[in-house]
Amino acid sequence: MITTLLSGDRMGSRALTAILAAIVLALAFAPFIFPGTRALDVAAKVCVFVLLVASYDLLLGYTGIVSFAHTMFFGIGGYGVAIALSRMEVGWAALAAGTLAALALSLALSFLIGLFSLRVKAIFFAMITLAVASFFQILASQLSGLTGGEDGLTFRIPELLRPRLAAYYLVFGAALALFLALLRVVNSPFGRVLLSIRENEFRAEALGYRTVVYRTIANCLGALVATLAGALYALWLRYTGPNTTLDFAIMIDILLMVVIGGMGTMYGAVIGAAIFVVAQNYLQAGMKALSESLKGAPLLPELFHPDRWLLWLGVLFVLSVYYFPRGIVGQLRAVR
Amino acid sequence: MTGTHPVLETRDLTIRFGGHVAVDAVSCRFDPGTLTAIVGPNGAGKTTYFNLVSGQLPATGGQVLLYGEDVTRAPAPLRTRKGMGRAFQLTNLFPNLPVLENVRLAVQARAGLGLNLVSMWSAHVELIERAEHYLERVSLLERRATLAAELSHGDQRKLEVAILLALEPDIFMFDEPTAGMSVDEVPVILDLIHEIKAQKDKTILLVEHKMDVVRSLADRIIVLHQGQLVADGQPEEVIASPVVQEAYLGVGKSA
Repeated sequence: MITTLLSGDRMGSRALTAILAAIVLALAFAPFIFPGTRALDVAAKVCVFVLLVASYDLLLGYTGIVSFAHTMFFGIGGYGVAIALSRMEVGWAALAAGTLAALALSLALSFLIGLFSLRVKAIFFAMITLAVASFFQILASQLSGLTGGEDGLTFRIPELLRPRLAAYYLVFGAALALFLALLRVVNSPFGRVLLSIRENEFRAEALGYRTVVYRTIANCLGALVATLAGALYALWLRYTGPNTTLDFAIMIDILLMVVIGGMGTMYGAVIGAAIFVVAQNYLQAGMKALSESLKGAPLLPELFHPDRWLLWLGVLFVLSVYYFPRGIVGQLRAVR
Repeated sequence: MTGTHPVLETRDLTIRFGGHVAVDAVSCRFDPGTLTAIVGPNGAGKTTYFNLVSGQLPATGGQVLLYGEDVTRAPAPLRTRKGMGRAFQLTNLFPNLPVLENVRLAVQARAGLGLNLVSMWSAHVELIERAEHYLERVSLLERRATLAAELSHGDQRKLEVAILLALEPDIFMFDEPTAGMSVDEVPVILDLIHEIKAQKDKTILLVEHKMDVVRSLADRIIVLHQGQLVADGQPEEVIASPVVQEAYLGVGKSA
């Protein structure tokens, strides 16, 4: 039963199983374990980012595609829901219309980007995604009549989702289901071809696999899941703006989460997103406490001042890449 | 077997790299049940000719015909699906995947299952069993869980051959399959090629430097020299011909 749910993807390490189980349980019961709106916000953000990072891992870790357009698809999902809910009558029809329109746009864009550029060298593909994503970012801020420009859009959501508990479980349930679906994809015959493309595209071609078809499908799938993640995030925040979706800082966060968790492992997305989002939200508070407790000592309180939290996040990242080059999951599997 | 068309034919097949003509108007037909050895000194264009035939390089001129159909512009995957199978000279594996998975991917390609996104790969037991069968034929089954990159050079060559077998092609293209193998490993590969020959309906192309290997296997030898086909015929007469003596022994036998 569990094996089928996880599509036979073995943890390969007891410690990894324990950590993953702890994260999933914590997320499943978050509204009851962690009191306060802040904590629930963090839990919902973890759910959304697990999904977003997992869909990026499908591209980067499994297929070896370097794309910088992932936040664009994330944003399309967010704006699709936001625009539909702020312009149409608030309800399920608007939500469905917004999500479906966003999915259609993402599918078309990812297909076109894939078709025109997946044939060329990886670096060109990366550059093209960067260009398209920048263009989209400018477009979103310029079309302020539609997107609310830099201010973004605040909107109301369907009645049933207004209680935070209901909204949280929609986010959690959808993220879990989609993550398991991605896990199935990477463990399917198709997923194995993706791995072979990452390993040796030339040889995959010689075996008879039309690699451009596989890469395009992977690219589209990743984009669609990112779009859904964006829609979920918008529903949770009841707001969509450039800073919550399209910002390149988010693209960099996604990259960091994939690398910290472990590329090409899927489970790495869970661990990477959980650690990163929690650090992002609580490192400052932790440092504040630390800084105050060190009052009186020379230099130290300054070093751990909450304003330096980005510096320490950077240090944590450098250390984790240095000591766990294959990510946390890769490291745990190696020591079993 | 398919009317008047040979299984494989090249007509004036040519490729130029800048001013250098690496393969120069090579016309040749290949028939089933025949093992054709392609010999020639280093740099004669043997591997380049293979790359043109199996689609790894685009031809500058001439044609490649597969069962009479022009596949000169067809990409490599299509030619593989039409029955061409290629083993590479420089070992060309999926280095960070297990040995069994390297072969299983070939079996899966042959079965046309690559676009299945919804089932678990491990649920397709028959693919795994067939992959194991081919590993057994090259005596690599006990290394099934090892990563391809961690195999010895000789074992990597065997794996390369197992992948080719797993594609179950009609046309086998071996590019120096025994290069770099230790003396006791070579017979495993030679026996396999003999077995394929014994099936009678397979077309086999073999690039090989070792003359004893060529003598024991070839039904026909073609000689490439500076990109041109300079001799074609029965092994004994080709080996004895002056052009081969000059082209081959003049430059010196290598590897």
